[in-house]
Amino acid sequence: MATAVEAEGLSKRFAEVVAVDEVSFQVPRGQFFGFLGPNGAGKTTTIRMLTGLITPDSGRTFIEGVDSQKDPIHAKMKMGVIPEFGNIYVDLTAEENLHLAGKFYGMSKKEREKRVPEILKMMNLERRGNHPLRTFSKGMKQRINIGCAIIHDPPVLFLDEPTSGLDVQSKRLVVRLIQKMKERGTTIFLTTHNIQEANELCERVGIINQGKLVAIDKPEKLRNTFDKTQSIETSIEGEFDLEMLENHHINKIQRSGDKLKIFTDDVDATVKNLIRFADDRSFNIISLRTCGPSLEEAFVRLTGDVE
Amino acid sequence: MIYEEFLRGVWITAEKNIKIYYKKPPVIIFGLLFPLLMFLAFYMGRELDLALFFPGFLAMSLFFTSSSVGPLVTPWERQAGTYERLLSYPVNIKVVLIGDIIAGAIFGISISSVVLIACWLLLPIQIVSIPMLVLSMISGGIAFSTLGVLLASPATKAPSNIMMLSSLIRFPLVFISGIFILIGDMAEAMRYLAYISPLTYLVDSFHVGIGGNNYFSTGIGLVVLFLFTAVFFFIAVQIHKRNMIKGL
Ligand SMILES: Nc1ncnc2c1ncn2[C@@H]1O[C@H](COP(=O)(O)OP(=O)(O)O)[C@@H](O)[C@H]1O
Ligand SMILES: [Mg+2]
Repeated sequence: MATAVEAEGLSKRFAEVVAVDEVSFQVPRGQFFGFLGPNGAGKTTTIRMLTGLITPDSGRTFIEGVDSQKDPIHAKMKMGVIPEFGNIYVDLTAEENLHLAGKFYGMSKKEREKRVPEILKMMNLERRGNHPLRTFSKGMKQRINIGCAIIHDPPVLFLDEPTSGLDVQSKRLVVRLIQKMKERGTTIFLTTHNIQEANELCERVGIINQGKLVAIDKPEKLRNTFDKTQSIETSIEGEFDLEMLENHHINKIQRSGDKLKIFTDDVDATVKNLIRFADDRSFNIISLRTCGPSLEEAFVRLTGDVE
Repeated sequence: MIYEEFLRGVWITAEKNIKIYYKKPPVIIFGLLFPLLMFLAFYMGRELDLALFFPGFLAMSLFFTSSSVGPLVTPWERQAGTYERLLSYPVNIKVVLIGDIIAGAIFGISISSVVLIACWLLLPIQIVSIPMLVLSMISGGIAFSTLGVLLASPATKAPSNIMMLSSLIRFPLVFISGIFILIGDMAEAMRYLAYISPLTYLVDSFHVGIGGNNYFSTGIGLVVLFLFTAVFFFIAVQIHKRNMIKGL
């Protein structure tokens, strides 16, 4: 299978911080690839290097076979990029922004005049085409932002946390748009710090933490790891030893103040156990909350330093 | 192939700047008002020979207008978050900077042409060489627009810092460049100061085209302006490149 995105020994440091550390991977053409990691893991820095925006200290990057360090302009023609903090021009209308993007990608006036209404329709914004962007909501702006990145129908699409900060409805629309691009054969490179998002959308997930790629696999395979990192937060009134709670489902118990955080791979059994435990001793349960899988905890497991 | 993409990127960047940053009524009004106010300050209540000092005045308008908006474009784009978006298109730093330069030059040249035509109709000005006038106008517009872009290079998201810096550097030049005193009439120490100001060479080039009272030989002004442009551009590219990541 042909490779759409390739990173080869990528490294980048900012003063003392090693933002990206010897990262290598390949994304085959047409794949929906997720790049998962907590804040500060090095996702944005990796994307900026892949898209030819910043120069790595060492390593090479290729987009559809074009070296994006040596020949960034040609590499950029082959991709659409939605940067994490990149905005479009609020002084221009939606149409003007789309035309501007089309011009940068070398589209003729005729091509643009055909494509711009198509994009507006795809984004559910066909009636807002000639409104200035400053009158748009955040979600609407993001849709036009995506429109600007796909106007030239690129073979590869980079999205840096495209749904963060959006309302539920816009989020859903954005996800649907990305899926539509994927169905048309576009290679998708999406970063996120949301485990669920990565699991649901991506065919393959790379996990990065503190600049290091710690795992790269299908989400089904990674799910097993994530499941072990679910937790329950509870506060129980009464005197007891933490050891009394332990059983084979429980991986770890942390105490902070009067709260307990219990990491488990079986939430159901653990909650039932807790209730039985409190009930038997007439302890009051003051609060009980289940938390989804935790990325931070998953790293600890993936990198093997389990306490 | 690569030239086509290069030129396209330059032109679209310039077009974008004109549309977003220069075509605002306050920018245009200020652009036209500034030379007018300067003109009044320059001539009012003084026994100056209008025709003799006109090239200096024209140079001053071209200098201020072409370097006025350029210093703010990158800080504005950084502040609005559009800078990274722009660099994600098929362009590089050089393409964007040349686009910025051309937009500033077009703005300065347009406004200064209005000034020139208005004054030519109203004042007893003698144009001796139209080609030299046109060449000086173009070289000056590009040189000082490039200076403007160089002033935009510090990695700041606060346009007000850049405003300060840009005024601090631009205003003193006006007093040492042979605008109010012809270079030939300057004291020697003053003249050496004039030699290091790029504005001096634009003033002198305009003297070649208008009135013929130039101090340097014909063409020297243009050559030196070109050298200044090259140096400004080279430094601007280095600093913009270095500060790009910081400002993203
Ligand atoms: N321009 C920069 N200057 C200094 N440090 C930076 C810069 N960009 C990123 N970093 C640092 O590099 C690390 C990775 O950042 P980033 O790639 O933005 O992570 P992510 O996108 O995964 O949240 C962080 O520690 C961040 O502070
Ligand atoms: Mg990021």
